[in-house]
Amino acid sequence: MLKAQVAVRLGNFDLDVAVEAAADEIVAVLGPNGAGKSTFLRALSGLVALDRGRIDLDDVVLEDASRGIRVPPERRPMGVVFQDYLLFPHLSAIENVAFGLRARGVTAREARDRAGSWLDRLGVGGHAEAKPRALSGGQAQRVALARALAIDPRVLLLDEPLAALDASARGTVRRDLRRHLASFAGVRIIVTHDPLEAVALADRLVILESGRIVQAGSPAEVTQRPRSRYVADLVGVNLFRGIATTGHLALPGGAVIHSADPVDGEIFATIHPRAVALHRSRPEGSPRNVWHGRASALDFQGDRVRVGVEGEMRIVAEVTPSAVSDLGLAEGGEVWVSVKATEISVYPA
Amino acid sequence: MRPERPPLLFAFLAAIGVAFVVLPLVGLLSRAPWETALSDLGTPEAATALRLSFVVSLAATALALVLGVPLAWVYARVQFRGRDVVRALTTLPMILPPVVGGVALLFAFGRRGLFGPALDAIGIHLPFTTAGAVLAATFVAMPFLVLTVEAGLRSMDRRYEDAARTLGAGRWLVFRRVTLPLIAPSVFAGAVLCWARALGEFGATITFAGNLPGTTQTLPLAVYIALETRPEVAIALSLVLLGLALAILVVMRDRYLRAF
Repeated sequence: MLKAQVAVRLGNFDLDVAVEAAADEIVAVLGPNGAGKSTFLRALSGLVALDRGRIDLDDVVLEDASRGIRVPPERRPMGVVFQDYLLFPHLSAIENVAFGLRARGVTAREARDRAGSWLDRLGVGGHAEAKPRALSGGQAQRVALARALAIDPRVLLLDEPLAALDASARGTVRRDLRRHLASFAGVRIIVTHDPLEAVALADRLVILESGRIVQAGSPAEVTQRPRSRYVADLVGVNLFRGIATTGHLALPGGAVIHSADPVDGEIFATIHPRAVALHRSRPEGSPRNVWHGRASALDFQGDRVRVGVEGEMRIVAEVTPSAVSDLGLAEGGEVWVSVKATEISVYPA
Repeated sequence: MRPERPPLLFAFLAAIGVAFVVLPLVGLLSRAPWETALSDLGTPEAATALRLSFVVSLAATALALVLGVPLAWVYARVQFRGRDVVRALTTLPMILPPVVGGVALLFAFGRRGLFGPALDAIGIHLPFTTAGAVLAATFVAMPFLVLTVEAGLRSMDRRYEDAARTLGAGRWLVFRRVTLPLIAPSVFAGAVLCWARALGEFGATITFAGNLPGTTQTLPLAVYIALETRPEVAIALSLVLLGLALAILVVMRDRYLRAF
């Protein structure tokens, strides 16, 4: 269990957040550029000193500003995968991975052996002797992950792990990353500005805006009840995961989504709540996706209402208050849902 | 794109500028005794000066590396009061007339200088010794190294050092295994510039260390002396220095293209 109360002041910017992360969950810290995400990671890893607050890992105090305790970064049991990976350009992949072991006094031979098996585990054993500049983005990410894991850390911190990749590589790398994150037994914290990445990788979201936490909770909670316009725009989308066969997306619950995209394989599909239409009876006409359900939650937010629908499909719609009264919607009431196939965005998972 | 045609006045002045630099070199080469150059360099005074110059300039470069790299690191990484003043002082020898540097060294470390008696007491004699020549060369040449290395440190991506810290490396290990390799091109360039300056050092050396063949008479001093007595030796030695300067120019040409 990592408990961090982090208050850092950098010029005009100040970060003041409290985050707890257990070993059995993956936490994503999500926010726009300049929200303080990277500063938070740097503070956790000890690269930036706390002005106030403390960081505890299980029973060990890593830092306590009020008592002047501060474990330096090289003695914190944390593996960091940096944005842009920061593989040492003058060292080969295997030397990069062996670096942390060598720094911990492991003999050259053993460090090399262990680094080699980490590269194998991450599927980049064939590039052991390559210099970082010769690696593709996906390969570099795996080497960086191997380097962070090789020191056997108890906390794994990832700073924008997919941002340096081009869109075509992202899907595969994200899937692999998920697998590797799942096999790591320790605290896992990912920092990202990409809601899709956060929802795809994490069990819990912590949303950061201007150095403060504006909301925290499971992706489903945050999607259903975003507490601010900003959060709604950022993560308030319906996200589904399933298997596609030429545009028919089969979801785990048995529901099927029809997309205009003739894709195949494991995918993510997102549907913006504004694109979800609600009806009192089964709609006529063109929409390809029609489901029946019950309004499970009505969340009034000024001029908009987010309506959670449960049934064959769990989905959130965003409508106006007048639409709610026109439809005679109440919690628990029956409702028909429709979405046009063209409103569905599909990403490889 | 249409190639730009210079105004006539500019073309004229630029041509004079080129001639101004090239003509002396032509003069030197025209008088070069090519047939006897090798044997001229083999004369005892020339050979001694050559050997001494290499020893002195390389020792000065080594000393500048040992002191200058940490100094550059402090300038680039540590915020302290008066840093700009201290940096200006240590850069001064670059623009100070070398003779003045020699006089200053004399009054600091000379026999009757401020620290001379103290050095004498512990058995260190600098004026008119090879060590003194090394000191004079280091004094004028070190700023070239410090400035180049400092620029390298400032332009490197410090996040690599952060990454190394999180992997368990203490500050010294980070410096040795990450910082130094990353700034190696700057250290190399700084060392070459420093060596070139040390090799050509004249004023501070002759003032502080004197002109003793085999002890402090380096190449430039030997050239100056030989010009009076044996001009052909002076020309041969000058050709050696010119050749080295050209070689350095070729090496440094790649400096900004050199990367990992």
